[in-house]
Amino acid sequence: MNANDPQITLYVNGEARSVPAETTVARLVESLELGQRRIAIELNGEVVPRGEHASRSLNDQDRIEIIRAIGGG
Amino acid sequence: MTQQQPLTIAGHSYQSRLLIGTGKYRDMAQAGEAIRASGAEIVTVAIRRTNIGQNADEENLLDVVPPSEFTILPNTAGCYTADDAVRVCRLARELLDGHDLVKLEVLGDPQTLYPDIPATLEAAERLVADGFKVMVYTSDDPIIARRLEEMGCVAVMPLASPIGSGLGIQNRYNLLTILENASVPIIVDAGVGTASDAAVALELGAGGVLLNPPVAAAQEPVLMASAMRKGIEAGREAYLAGRMPMRRFASASSPLEGTFWQGRQ
Repeated sequence: MNANDPQITLYVNGEARSVPAETTVARLVESLELGQRRIAIELNGEVVPRGEHASRSLNDQDRIEIIRAIGGG
Repeated sequence: MTQQQPLTIAGHSYQSRLLIGTGKYRDMAQAGEAIRASGAEIVTVAIRRTNIGQNADEENLLDVVPPSEFTILPNTAGCYTADDAVRVCRLARELLDGHDLVKLEVLGDPQTLYPDIPATLEAAERLVADGFKVMVYTSDDPIIARRLEEMGCVAVMPLASPIGSGLGIQNRYNLLTILENASVPIIVDAGVGTASDAAVALELGAGGVLLNPPVAAAQEPVLMASAMRKGIEAGREAYLAGRMPMRRFASASSPLEGTFWQGRQ
């Protein structure tokens, strides 16, 4: 990654993050060190199936939710 | 034996009639130990945001209760609208590789945690249409319970008293009316406080009980999990055995003939 690469802003779990343009869902997950976790992804309100993580590119201002299962009743 | 008759939900058979939550335990190890002691085969989980950049090696709940060993029942706890509940269910289905059994709850307010019935009906309709197998938390209104069943919910789960209250079975005649009219399993969801409450629910004919705080918030969760298991089994056997009728006054158990003393007859 180069400082001069164009960047886009994503909202990941509600927090703004700058990432290189052309980042895919899979690349984002990897960069957050969540690659080995059991998670699911929602992009702008729609589920992104696991099989599409590698091919789905992200755009400026995209809202991404990365969710998991936790204890609950 | 009839006691062995399994609980069948959406075509799957379960030996245990206890469904247990995974929240509020001291830690993952205690959750795992208590859940195993309970004998439950269906465990509920909540769906939340992943922590990013912290506790990189924190234990994953689904490692403690692996989907290979348990039926995972994701809930929509904390949802106050049909939209949010549907959204959570879709993410849960993706998280669990297409597993489509969900616990729907759409709440009305934070004080009572009573269900918002119009929103629950709307969410149930949308989820059933989207292929989900819906186990639905509802009030103890028999008409609503019947409506949810007619809509295609695979289990109807009325409360026995408010969520997390531990007040026990406060509505046994409403539950009885729901049970008598149901052809899907009725799971008592919410209100159970201790093992005798679970037994009462099963004695009434409930298909099962879903609980979490009574075990997690007990002084000794693993011991309470074992007690719940026995309460459920005792209640089920008592239901199948058919209890004696109640009467207002006493009826002596020993014969009156053959007494050899002068006394009151």
